[in-house]
Amino acid sequence: MNLGDLASARSGDKGNHANIVVVARSSEAFGWLQNHLTAQRVADFFAGLSPSRVERFAVPSVRALNFVLYDVLDGGGSLSLRTDTQGKLLGTAILELPCPDAPSSLARQE
Amino acid sequence: MNATSTIRIGNGCGFYGDQLDAPRDLVRDGRLDFLTLEYLAELTLSILARQREKDSSQGYARDFLYVLETLVDALQRGEAPRIVTNAGGMNAQACAQAASEILCRNGLSHLRIGIVTGDDIMASIDGWLEAGEALEHLDHGRSLAEVRSQLVSANAYLGASPIVEALREGADIVITGRVADASLTVGPARYAFGWEADDLDRLAQATLAGHLIECGAQVTGGYTTDWEGMSLADVGYPIAELGPEGQVAITKPPGTGGAVTVQTVTEQLLYEVGDPSAYLTPDLALDLSQVKLEQIAPDTVAVSGARAPFVPDRYKVSAAYRAGYQTAGQLVVYGRDCLRKADAVASILLERVRRAGFELDRICVEKLGTGASAPRERSNVSQASELREVVLRIAVAGRDRAALERFSREWAPLVTSGPAGLGGYTTARQPIRPVYAFWPTTVPKALVDPHVSVAVRSADEWRSEGVQ
Repeated sequence: MNLGDLASARSGDKGNHANIVVVARSSEAFGWLQNHLTAQRVADFFAGLSPSRVERFAVPSVRALNFVLYDVLDGGGSLSLRTDTQGKLLGTAILELPCPDAPSSLARQE
Repeated sequence: MNATSTIRIGNGCGFYGDQLDAPRDLVRDGRLDFLTLEYLAELTLSILARQREKDSSQGYARDFLYVLETLVDALQRGEAPRIVTNAGGMNAQACAQAASEILCRNGLSHLRIGIVTGDDIMASIDGWLEAGEALEHLDHGRSLAEVRSQLVSANAYLGASPIVEALREGADIVITGRVADASLTVGPARYAFGWEADDLDRLAQATLAGHLIECGAQVTGGYTTDWEGMSLADVGYPIAELGPEGQVAITKPPGTGGAVTVQTVTEQLLYEVGDPSAYLTPDLALDLSQVKLEQIAPDTVAVSGARAPFVPDRYKVSAAYRAGYQTAGQLVVYGRDCLRKADAVASILLERVRRAGFELDRICVEKLGTGASAPRERSNVSQASELREVVLRIAVAGRDRAALERFSREWAPLVTSGPAGLGGYTTARQPIRPVYAFWPTTVPKALVDPHVSVAVRSADEWRSEGVQ
């Protein structure tokens, strides 16, 4: 199972930092993600971007976790030499984060 | 105006370059009281500053003039909402004058245009630096003095108050420079309901409404994860319905594409947000951490629970400075060996630049097609035998423009003096562009406010002023 089975996501830039919003598809999925989708796990997943640190904020009322990845945009905005200067792709990328231990009952019903 | 029932504020533009006909469609189908149009991303002002430097009648978002032309019919019928936009960019007065030409040409010379100025703080910066206001970079804390000589533009993010003032003075169209995106919505709401600047619970809700609609279709189904089955070609642009007690619902015109659901609104709620309990705007610090969303009708989501724990005493400032040059090139690399070959082509090209005696300060090599644009765990498909082509993209930066020119011209020769299987070289060579880097900082409101001013005149008056 991947994160995309449990949640949707969106990302954007804040200067040289990116934020990724992960929105759980159910209260049960949110509960599981709160315990398992840690800032460290997200930092490891995006190690290729060398974040200086990753911070996590929870907004339970809308079943969302907000991750801020610091210094991941190669200077950000106009300075970045990457294709994805503004971190717009990270929200789609994080949906492939493997969640092998998540109970199958949490997966999105198609 | 002291509205006792719901008002509708639509946003027809999320950035300079957004869909040109969205405002027209939103006005036609949205039953709006106010239309907001947002044109200024972080670095847009530096581009507009350079345009003004070259031509003193420029320096604003010219797309707005096209949009205004599309709204002439509705304005003539008296069915258009009042318009609030930051299209003024670096030159709100020139924007007002150009807009007045359009209005006067169409029998609308009586309409009143208000401009808000004073966000441009360039002229004050040296004095402030001397007086010990260091304008420290928000990330690393160093003083703006470090890049003062390369500075191109510096603007404070103003809040809703001058917009309220312009509306009270009868402006049908309010044109501002750098005003915070959400304040474009807070201004009309404060004006319509007579809310004071310290009515924080209601203003928090209005700020949240503004935050949700400021990126246009991003809250109505654009950029959403579950895009399949969603009609996006005719995506509807967002409308915030606000009530006198600060009630907010997000919706879109009936019969349009996209969707407004708890999911689309949640994704936008935290878009470009850091700490959800303290999202800073010039009007207030917005606490989003207890926001509740409820689907109350098809494509209508009620939004509640926004709080404002305090009002910041500083404005955010967006400054831009010259930081050398950039360019990029790309080629299609074809074949079973495309990954190895792409690496080889990159080495050949960069070595030729070095042999010619040039140095590049920064280099970024990406093999697009392998997941390179968002590197993540296990994204490398280097072993993928199915892969038949990748796009080799190399971007470079440096202070030496000649080095970048040389880099750029080395792409075409690869086709005859590189390996077989390279395509697309006719479009490989990109122009060299100057880089304007962003310097985020803050400044005490008390230093900026004395410079902020509002001028409201009829289109006729604006036009004759431009002629003088």
